[in-house]
Amino acid sequence: MKLNERSVAHYATCDSPPDKTGYLFKKGERNTAYHRRWFVLKGNMLFYFEERESREPIGVIVLEGCTVELCESAEEFAFAIKFDCAKARVYKMAAENQAAMESWVKALSRASFDYMRLVVKELERQLEEIQEAAGGGCGGAGGLQGKENGVAWTKPAISLANGFGEGASSYVPWEGNADSGNGSVSGGSVDGMRPPPVPPRRRGASLESPVSPGTGCFSKLHDWYGKEVEELRVEWLQSQ
Amino acid sequence: MRFNEKELVSLSRQPSERAAELGMRGPKKGDVVKKRLVKLVVNFLFYFKTDEEEPLGALLLEQCRVEREDSQVFSIAFLDEAERKYLFECDSEEQCVEWIDSIIKASYEFMRKNLIFYRTEIHRLTGKDPLEQYGILDETRFQVSNGLPLMPKDTSSM
Repeated sequence: MKLNERSVAHYATCDSPPDKTGYLFKKGERNTAYHRRWFVLKGNMLFYFEERESREPIGVIVLEGCTVELCESAEEFAFAIKFDCAKARVYKMAAENQAAMESWVKALSRASFDYMRLVVKELERQLEEIQEAAGGGCGGAGGLQGKENGVAWTKPAISLANGFGEGASSYVPWEGNADSGNGSVSGGSVDGMRPPPVPPRRRGASLESPVSPGTGCFSKLHDWYGKEVEELRVEWLQSQ
Repeated sequence: MRFNEKELVSLSRQPSERAAELGMRGPKKGDVVKKRLVKLVVNFLFYFKTDEEEPLGALLLEQCRVEREDSQVFSIAFLDEAERKYLFECDSEEQCVEWIDSIIKASYEFMRKNLIFYRTEIHRLTGKDPLEQYGILDETRFQVSNGLPLMPKDTSSM
């Protein structure tokens, strides 16, 4: 399968700020040796370089749909990135100390596009509520108007410098996303709502997105995403 | 550059934001328009030969520019090679506009910017940081940039 590799590699090294960087040991595919590599996490993409100064990544792990687990290993501070699909590769990694391991596990667990989308939708909903409550009295921007492109993108306080095509970003006609099923959410309420979906690693082969209309309770979903990390932590503490 | 192809193929089978048969033309000189099943999943645009299970290819939609080329045609170009454009022919103006909108919103970086905007606005209007209640205040990916490059959190011992 083709991939726009040159541009993907460019994304790794361009000046958009990475979410996390650092050295990690990565187990080789065929041989069992761990190689020290420089890792750069951006969004849902985990790039790895031979060295910190290397110009181009050796490779990238697309993190969408993965789960991150501590693993039993002779190697200290080891964890694994796993996927649910058939014959998926398990990426065995090791950090240099406990703090680094915990930090990476946390960052990687929250790297998915779905998670970011969740958080954005939740904040969007909150902002709508606030604006509606204010009754449109704040500078004429009430309800949906606050999301109009013209208002949103001209805020000088927020730097949007990212090499992003400005021509493209001015194109967006923000439509109310409240129709995606989140409209009826009130934090914590479960009336008439499906329970949160089962976390990916306990499922069968399907990689169904956990974010489907109707399961919009953010705090539940957030807890669910955070649950795995908490469990890992408890496991580790107990093993001490 | 290596990438986890199996997992990417698996991702191409997930529920998509948008999928349709479009005329697609590659960026190289001499590339012609071919009918492709184009599928938008998270920040990837997959394209299939109609009726085939495995995608022919994928485009990561970060650092790209989407433009209206014609009433029914849009293009995607990547910022590192801005002259090389992938062209997509739609069946209608409406479809074209919808695709452009979806693709712009499909990048992780775009979502991040929105998040920062909402977070800042809510804080400005209420005096409270909305992420505080979820305990994710410190997550690097949610940080408000002051126009300065964000310092990456590097906890590896050097």
